[in-house]
Amino acid sequence: MSGLIFDKSKAGRRCAVIPSCDITGYSIPADYLRAEKAELPEVAEVDLVRHYTNLSRKAYGVDNGFYPLGSCTMKYNPKIDEDAAELRGFTDVHPLQPINTVQGCLEAMDMLAGFLCEITGMDALTLQPAAGAHGEFTALSLIKAYLTDRGETGRTKLIVPDSAHGTNPASAAMCGFTVVNIPSTPDGLVDIEALKSAVGDDTAALMLTNPNTVGKYDRNIETFAKTVHDAGGLLYYDGANLNAIMGIVRPGDMGFDAVHLNLHKTFATPHGGGGPGSGPVGCKARLAKYLPRPVVTKNDGTYSFETPEKSVGMVKSFYGNFLVCIKALAYIMTLGAEGIREASENAVLNANYLQESLRDSFDIPFDGPCMHEFVLSLERLKRETGVTASDIAKGLIDRGIHPPTMYFPLIVHEALMLEPTETESRETLDFAATALKDALQAAYSDPDSLHRAPVTTPVGRPDETAAVRNPILKA
Amino acid sequence: MSVQKDLFYAETHEWVKYLGGGRALVGVSDHAQEEMGDVAYINLCEAGEILTAGDSLGDIESIKAVSDIYCPVDGTVSKVNNELLDDPSLLNSDPYGSWLVELENVTENSELMDSGVYEAFISEN
Repeated sequence: MSGLIFDKSKAGRRCAVIPSCDITGYSIPADYLRAEKAELPEVAEVDLVRHYTNLSRKAYGVDNGFYPLGSCTMKYNPKIDEDAAELRGFTDVHPLQPINTVQGCLEAMDMLAGFLCEITGMDALTLQPAAGAHGEFTALSLIKAYLTDRGETGRTKLIVPDSAHGTNPASAAMCGFTVVNIPSTPDGLVDIEALKSAVGDDTAALMLTNPNTVGKYDRNIETFAKTVHDAGGLLYYDGANLNAIMGIVRPGDMGFDAVHLNLHKTFATPHGGGGPGSGPVGCKARLAKYLPRPVVTKNDGTYSFETPEKSVGMVKSFYGNFLVCIKALAYIMTLGAEGIREASENAVLNANYLQESLRDSFDIPFDGPCMHEFVLSLERLKRETGVTASDIAKGLIDRGIHPPTMYFPLIVHEALMLEPTETESRETLDFAATALKDALQAAYSDPDSLHRAPVTTPVGRPDETAAVRNPILKA
Repeated sequence: MSVQKDLFYAETHEWVKYLGGGRALVGVSDHAQEEMGDVAYINLCEAGEILTAGDSLGDIESIKAVSDIYCPVDGTVSKVNNELLDDPSLLNSDPYGSWLVELENVTENSELMDSGVYEAFISEN
């Protein structure tokens, strides 16, 4: 490794020589002055650029190659979105400047909220949450506020299928609910009988991802919605898998009352080290008055910030990750309504193409056509060769692709979950299928090569267990 | 992968060893530790807690996931295995020697599997 930027520091080196301050008659109040030096690294511009350029060459992102991380929707981030977010009207603004001077920014937020409501079938939306799990927490807070307002404080239970994203039960617990886990059917879908016996007058809501984490669309969703609504509960839609259904079917029409979206997944904003994320929350009209403040409203052609009547308060400072929202807006406006639908159609097509390419080589526990992602089980491979899903994932790094999601969903043993996304060409999918099959063959012919993998990266295989058991959090 | 003979097993892969006098030890099977992978942390309930079969008695965090541990019988927690909490890797190296909790006032659970049935159960699933 090349060391930290701090290791390259030499006292007195500078990137730029800043002229001395020529503002007179002003001094920073003593309370705000540092007592000690900031100890910032002192380096020349060329050393600074080389340091970060060399680091970036050791990293791997969606701009380097295929990145099929399931349920994460690592789609390519179009550069035109970055252009939009760099417009000075969006960057050279302050969150506290007078509203009449930032009408364009408010209009952009209002437009994005409108498009997202249209895509999800919701009536109102907040752009404030910073990421997916934060969106889940926010949406559950709305549900909690709604139930409390109606005096239904006995509704303390959230029903979560066992195939759910791990954030679902975590967000539920954060919000003070008790989680009721229900099992999946052998097809990986929600067990309607288990749902029926789980609902009751203590049910607050059902949290559901549709399509779910094994890449299946649950056709019984309207029955689930009726079952939960009849029992007096609400439905929350985990939007992590929205990339499969945009422009085709809407959570609002399936019966959901609230939804969170991941702009950094579905709407192509950067993701994983390049974020930040953004997790807007949409809701039906009956929940709108509880939305976080402020929300953008338009009266007589003028935009303003308002506080919803019974707002749960703020969930993040100011207006969320505003420039991320601009990138998502640019993405939606570039694609248009037809393009948005086509993105989902191609995401599903690509996943099915890759699944079919792998069918003869790998075990597919929930077989049949998939949506935007699918799951392989390497349980038999582990039994026959001792090579695990983790070994295969690491072997894929040496074969030029990013590993898929491992050991999730939990209902599949030795799981690898692949989500190719719509932006990948047939050639890339063929390359990935070849890499996967090659790794599988190596498991039988040379299993040790996979136990040692990866060998082509700056860092080989760190001791993950030691890192988890004995984390060194401070040097 | 091994299944120890003198224990009884739950479908969720916990074992129980009856010690007589209404006392019992509870742990997780070799199959369970193999499925979870290297164990990093173990959280257990406290002594004195009264559990019904099926109640969560804690969770085990491995490098793959966090798994709930369910009590296979009715009983009151009389001891937790502090040695195991200090060194969770014992669960991987010796799953049948690494009990999680000791229970008293135990009601034996006739729905649990003996070692032969459990062995068949895991090879089927």
